[in-house]
Amino acid sequence: MASPVPTGDIPSLFSSRRRRLLTGRHSRLVSSLSTVVVLGVLSAIVFYAPGGVAFRHFFFDPHQMWIALVGSHQGLASVGKGIVTNVWMFSLCEVLVLIFGLLLAWVRISRAPVLAPLRALATIYTDVFRGIPILLVFIIVGFGLAELNIGWISHQTPAFYGCVAITLTYTAYVAEVYRAGLHSVPHGQILAARSLGLSQPATMRQVIFPQAVRTVIPPLLNDFISMQKDTALVSILGIVEAVQSAQIDAAQNFNDSGLVVAALLFLLMTVPLTRLTDRLIAKDRTRRLAGAA
Amino acid sequence: MSVLGFHNVSKRFGTTEVLRGVTLELNRHDVVCVIGASGSGKSTLLRCANLLERVDGGDVTLFGQSLLDPRIDENLVRRHIAMVFQSFNLFPHLSVLQNVMLGPVHALKRPTDEVRVDAMALLERIGLATRADEYPERLSGGQQQRVAIVRSLAMQPSLLLLDEVTSALDPTLVGEVLELLRELAHEGTTMLLATHEMGFAREVATTVAYLDEGVVIEAGTPGQMLDAPEHELTRAFLSRVRS
Repeated sequence: MASPVPTGDIPSLFSSRRRRLLTGRHSRLVSSLSTVVVLGVLSAIVFYAPGGVAFRHFFFDPHQMWIALVGSHQGLASVGKGIVTNVWMFSLCEVLVLIFGLLLAWVRISRAPVLAPLRALATIYTDVFRGIPILLVFIIVGFGLAELNIGWISHQTPAFYGCVAITLTYTAYVAEVYRAGLHSVPHGQILAARSLGLSQPATMRQVIFPQAVRTVIPPLLNDFISMQKDTALVSILGIVEAVQSAQIDAAQNFNDSGLVVAALLFLLMTVPLTRLTDRLIAKDRTRRLAGAA
Repeated sequence: MSVLGFHNVSKRFGTTEVLRGVTLELNRHDVVCVIGASGSGKSTLLRCANLLERVDGGDVTLFGQSLLDPRIDENLVRRHIAMVFQSFNLFPHLSVLQNVMLGPVHALKRPTDEVRVDAMALLERIGLATRADEYPERLSGGQQQRVAIVRSLAMQPSLLLLDEVTSALDPTLVGEVLELLRELAHEGTTMLLATHEMGFAREVATTVAYLDEGVVIEAGTPGQMLDAPEHELTRAFLSRVRS
């Protein structure tokens, strides 16, 4: 029910018209409108720029995009096939990184005297692999291990070395994420669990870890997205993955549309993952605040 | 029969001496209230009992056995001594029922079905059985603290340590928690409390001990301690609390 605008010495509690437009019930309308305007301006630039026609031909030619995706008869590479390599590489690496990262974090926060030497090693490991550009790790692992000529380690496929390099690097990052998460659980939780007679491992499993996981999911996902993109760098080891395929395709057809296809495929993988995590976090939040499961 | 004994216990944090020769004895069915200003060492004393802190000097005994013995398994000790905290420390990722079940299932390794029946009976007792599946955040402070108390009772401990369990509560919620503790005291539960609730101490304590800067200044029955304290420091503390 709309009340009359107050007059006299009663203070007005109404917000200004401008404020209501931006934050009030119509804000959704305003936001859709601004989205349309921004997108409109961006497409106008692409369409009406002096080089707009060439730009669209080189990057957004639907025919060339299709050819790049599925591969032509005489073509050597297809982005669609290439992306499969990226997918299996990061899928495998994500599992490995989750396991090794947790182990590394556990070593770093553990107070057990037995692990003291390992703790120092773990710290050095994290420092080193977070500090070296991943491209160098690819080269050192990919060409170095093969060069060493030590049994089966030196006779693996480039994809194997690529996975090793990614896992080495991202384990260092993910361990730090886990460590921050484990430290974020209030000390009172540990005291309560220990007071119940729970052993140290049981406290970790039942109380600390389940709470830490909730905190680390968003930053963990961040690292995974960046890892998915870094799988493109394995091309330096001669692996023909999506981006490399797109470059081959571009060189053959004098058209860069394949690169856009690769970009879209990467987006197709990362965006749903982000949305999914957002949903998981929101669900967990409402579940805890709304009570009855 | 002696349940818990502090014998000339001292404890330092760095250069700060928190406990300086504390001697205190709890027999079965005793309710001992430790009173004293913040920082007097009450919480530290309680924590030395269930080995959350290690004493630097003296001895702590449980059923006459020294807890300083290197063969002591601290997890076994804690199964006999339950602790309730000022800030509840319920597990936010577990439902109320799961909070109560965690200790018996994962420390005592009792069968889940059996533990569930016992846990529900405990929740029934504090009138929260209908909220067993909710998460602690949904409960009021008083309800959370009562869940924390039955969580410790689920371990069927020989001794209950209560560390200022009403201090974090809204004054209107203190009553329900004290009521539960009163019941436990009448049932003969052995309890060691660090508390600021003088009325409660007078009503249920078998012994009141006044702790000042890590020293037990005096200890005695509530009547003695609260009405006719012998020591000047005790009198000064009580008059500060009452004013």
